[in-house]
Amino acid sequence: MTMIFGVPLAVFIGQLMLGLINGAFYALLSLGLAVIFGLLKIVNFAHGAQYMLGAVAALLGLQYLGINYWVALLLVPLVIGGLGALIERLILRRIAHLDHLYGLLLTFGLALIFEGVLVNFLGVSGSSYPIPASLQGGFQLGFMFLPTYRGWVLVAALGVCLATWFIIERTRLGAYLRAGTENPALMQAFGVNVPQLITLTYGFGVALAAFAGVLAAPLYPVSPTMGSSLLIVVFAVVVIGGMGSILGAIVTGLGMGLIEGLTKVYYPEAANTVIFLVMVVVLMLRPAGLFGKEA
Amino acid sequence: MTFCRKSLASSIALTTALMASGSQAQMSDDVVRIGYLADMSGTYRDLAGPGGLAALEMAVEDFGGEVNGAPIEIISADDRNSADVGANTVREWLDVQDVDLVAGLVASSVTIAVTKVLEEAGGLGIVSGSAASSITNEHCTPNHIHWVYDTYPLANGTARAVVEQGGDSWFLLTADYAFGHALEEDVTKVVEDNGGEIVGGVHHPFPTSDFSSYILQAQGSGAKIIGLANAGSDTVNAITTASQFGLTQSGQQLAGLLIFLNDVHAMGIDTTQGLLLTTGWYWDMDDASREWAERYYERVGRMPTMVQAGVYSSTQHYLNAMAEVGSDDPEAVKEQMMATPVEDFFSRNGRIREDGRMIHDMYLAQVKAPADSEGEWDVYEILSTIPAEDAFRPLSESQCKLVQN
Repeated sequence: MTMIFGVPLAVFIGQLMLGLINGAFYALLSLGLAVIFGLLKIVNFAHGAQYMLGAVAALLGLQYLGINYWVALLLVPLVIGGLGALIERLILRRIAHLDHLYGLLLTFGLALIFEGVLVNFLGVSGSSYPIPASLQGGFQLGFMFLPTYRGWVLVAALGVCLATWFIIERTRLGAYLRAGTENPALMQAFGVNVPQLITLTYGFGVALAAFAGVLAAPLYPVSPTMGSSLLIVVFAVVVIGGMGSILGAIVTGLGMGLIEGLTKVYYPEAANTVIFLVMVVVLMLRPAGLFGKEA
Repeated sequence: MTFCRKSLASSIALTTALMASGSQAQMSDDVVRIGYLADMSGTYRDLAGPGGLAALEMAVEDFGGEVNGAPIEIISADDRNSADVGANTVREWLDVQDVDLVAGLVASSVTIAVTKVLEEAGGLGIVSGSAASSITNEHCTPNHIHWVYDTYPLANGTARAVVEQGGDSWFLLTADYAFGHALEEDVTKVVEDNGGEIVGGVHHPFPTSDFSSYILQAQGSGAKIIGLANAGSDTVNAITTASQFGLTQSGQQLAGLLIFLNDVHAMGIDTTQGLLLTTGWYWDMDDASREWAERYYERVGRMPTMVQAGVYSSTQHYLNAMAEVGSDDPEAVKEQMMATPVEDFFSRNGRIREDGRMIHDMYLAQVKAPADSEGEWDVYEILSTIPAEDAFRPLSESQCKLVQN
């Protein structure tokens, strides 16, 4: 059998496949962060908590209201996104004129509150969310057994990423968004309601996090602390890609998933650190990130 | 100089007066105070936390709320899994609040720090939640007792039973920190001593949320048994992922080395069925345990873990000893506790050894198949009993300073 650095080719391809799936997931989460930072200049530290809220809402919806997975996939992002819009309207707007640091601290505080309140009600062990019947089982690919649900995560995450990129970079709405953040006064003069645009954008970013949360619910135990550990990795991905770069978030997300996956095969001990190692190297060579523009 | 001499003299006088009053009165301040220290909000909240405090309150209420006329008071604190916070809290409890017993004690790092404080201040503690077997080995003190379980029977119980049932080739998923490495070492020894072999393993970072890559490696190894030398969310994630990748369907079996009832409940038995594990207690073992567990359930809304049951059992044993001795002197109470066998709904063949280890029967359990389960909490089948004398590290191997080898 062909070996790649001491690992059989089949196993190697299997690991690449898993890396790609995780990468798509990172990309989806980083994308929301990048959209919010790129267009609003808010460092959204509540992103992990909003991802967690998505998963928890899906779980509670199933347990108490009987809302199935497919409905949750549409409904939960709308509800949590709406909550995000409300947060922007009532809280974030008040500090919009201050330094970015205040936004970071405020959203971090919000994240801690969401997490703390839910820990009180739900505990920390979490609960399992069943994989929907139509996505159970898996495929024998020859080189590995691929659970159907993981395949679906890859497709769904990549699909949403590309759609978002398309809306922001290639449509009129996206052009308004970009222009509105570049020069709000001018846009306002053209009759565009810029504050409303900002509220919608933050809501959309939050909805992306919640969508990722619903996708993750059947994969990991749903618990109030599930967001905090992931958040820091996702931030590293955004920094490597270039803060605010949409394409950067998607490409780096996939790339980091692959690099992490390979580290898990060759030197598992470093799997959690490798992304930060890449971040340090990238920041030294290109301080604005791989796809970022120098300020 | 005069000032120094004066204050020295007065402090000696004060100490003498205090000591005299202590020996005269039976209860030093006419109140029995129990401090419950545990992680109330973090990773270990569900296995001990507020539920353990409820068990402690039940123990005190069932005892009648007083010992020989002295009322029992309970105070509690969140150690936030920090050794510093835990040690400072207990120091304050002992110095200022005159706490007679420190209960709970979950994260091993906190426990080891707290037992040092207990030893310096001459207090008494009962450890119910911690796993590290070093707590009654190299870190033993005359001032604490370890009640529920430790890593020695976890490795010894599960690994030996699995090898004896034919699971002789192992792949180990080990959490890459002190606890995981210690458990890995214990398991490796047990597996090899019983004729099995370790064919591979992975040291995964702590904590890890995605285990798919490691599970794929374990599948590729061809080992019959995938041993999980990790705990908490890592174990939960590993088991969930293994189930998604069809690990058990393809003929491999999981062996969990540290698994609590709340973990299995969180994952559901669809995911965990067939899992082998070692436990110190299970609520559905017999009439006595069921009777207590149902009372607990009515109060808390969840079935108790072995740690929560252990908090109740140890508190009752402590209060009984105190009533017998008629004093709150830690040394006298501990001696009485050691002299009395521990037989209750929690412990079978229990006794407290000179190293502070409470040894009792442990159990090898298997998670039921969904078809055999009659309810949300009906999850274990007890396969066999590991006798108290075999389960824990024998005193002949002990490094505890209190043990004469």
